[in-house]
Amino acid sequence: MQYDAVVIGLSAGGMNVMKIIFSLLPKDFSTPVIIVQHISPRSDSQWIGLLNDKSNLAIKEADEKEKIKNGTVYIAPANYHLLIEKNKTFSLTIDERVNFARPSIDVLFESAAEAYKNKLIGVVLTGSNHDGAKGIKRIKECGGLAIVQDPKTAESAYMPTSAMAAVKPDYILSLEEIIDLLIKIDKQKE
Amino acid sequence: MKAKLNQYTPEIEPHMQSHLAAIVEAVYQKYGYDFRQYSEAHIKRRIMNRMAMSGLEDISQMPSKILNDEEFAFKLLQDLSITVTEMFRDPGFYRSLRENVIPILRTYPFIKIWHAGCSTGEEAYSMAIILQEEGLYDRTAIYATDFNQRALNRAKEGIFSNKLMKEYTANYQLSGGKESFSDYYTSNYDHVIMNQSLKKNIVWANHNLVTDSVFAEVHLILCRNVLIYFERELQNKTQKLFYDSLINGGILCLGAKEGLRFTDLYEKYIELDKKQRIFKKKY
Ligand SMILES: C[S@@+](CC[C@H](N)C(=O)[O-])C[C@H]1O[C@@H](n2cnc3c(N)ncnc32)[C@H](O)[C@@H]1O
Repeated sequence: MQYDAVVIGLSAGGMNVMKIIFSLLPKDFSTPVIIVQHISPRSDSQWIGLLNDKSNLAIKEADEKEKIKNGTVYIAPANYHLLIEKNKTFSLTIDERVNFARPSIDVLFESAAEAYKNKLIGVVLTGSNHDGAKGIKRIKECGGLAIVQDPKTAESAYMPTSAMAAVKPDYILSLEEIIDLLIKIDKQKE
Repeated sequence: MKAKLNQYTPEIEPHMQSHLAAIVEAVYQKYGYDFRQYSEAHIKRRIMNRMAMSGLEDISQMPSKILNDEEFAFKLLQDLSITVTEMFRDPGFYRSLRENVIPILRTYPFIKIWHAGCSTGEEAYSMAIILQEEGLYDRTAIYATDFNQRALNRAKEGIFSNKLMKEYTANYQLSGGKESFSDYYTSNYDHVIMNQSLKKNIVWANHNLVTDSVFAEVHLILCRNVLIYFERELQNKTQKLFYDSLINGGILCLGAKEGLRFTDLYEKYIELDKKQRIFKKKY
């Protein structure tokens, strides 16, 4: 099976997790990766620059109307919801918070599921909120692949556990195993 | 195939686009509000939310519901108009406004400012506060417009929840405000009322950026977090409206994540503050 995009959601303890992800993803990883991390509405985009130093891939904040490209990692800006349009471009909105969060993982996942259908991989990682549960369910309903971090290995188990209560994931793995799996799937593309 | 409540299945997705188009068309035909070039993912999310709350069983029932049930249509219109806003939202922007825009405004004998998409007014009140502190408010007219009359009515009242004041005070201070923020309103139990002296030069008016034409000739336009909801073509059209409304050398302020780069007018402005999205119309 070929996949056209990976969406990832995480909250508490997310920063260290992000660093690990980016240090493990190789330079030739081609599937676009789109990430929502719960962060303070006041944070600016500088931390994305800091992540870039640690990464083999190009990491950038998602811009409104931007076309999603291979080999790129996109991060939702603070204080905006990130949505994906059918033509694989981004939209930003400042609607009400969802699950106390803006950006919300559910908002990204649901719109991504409908844009990418069965060509999407959804990943729910560590977090202390049930955001992402509805979204990962929607990804499965639309035929995509659902991966959840093994709660035993997550800094905060609440988010993975909520996701598993909402839907039966295709994989329950540690962070390192998830990255291995993503790399394997990505290689099949060529 | 029926779409049950919110639980729409992938099989109905091929028809989803035509359902959405029919809904948006019904809103336009009956009520004149044109959402046909708004971002589809956004419109869809709002429509599916409204559907989940309404008890409608099938999305195909929605167009006739809109045509026949004004109360329902009104709720949907509120859903589609996102009125989320704050006082001194993005304090860094207001700081830059004080530093980079106020000195330009100071050169005019009379100042006209247009807040397009002002929602419930917090942005216009923030502006009035800055102008008062800079000694410019008495020679200013602020036109604050929105297409959401309910939001405008609330803006005009200038009554806000007391719970928000802590955050707004922090925003105000971060934006470079030196006075005591609580001097700008009167507290009354759970709400506050903005001072009459801030309201006096604000004109609240109903204006639709999609269907109405140039509103006035002004020195400064703020249109923040409105254009993100528009598709690119409509963004372009609206930018043309702003360009035509600004005097030469006039200032355009967009939202923190909005830009001109992809519009036809990029060349016609100078960037005054790239990060805070402040642009100056070339002479
Ligand atoms: C998210 S609020 C932004 C409020 C404020 N400018 C800010 O940045 O905090 C967007 C506002 O734009 C208004 N709006 C959306 N489409 C519009 C249109 N076609 N014409 C006028 N106002 C519109 C909505 O009613 C809403 O009040």
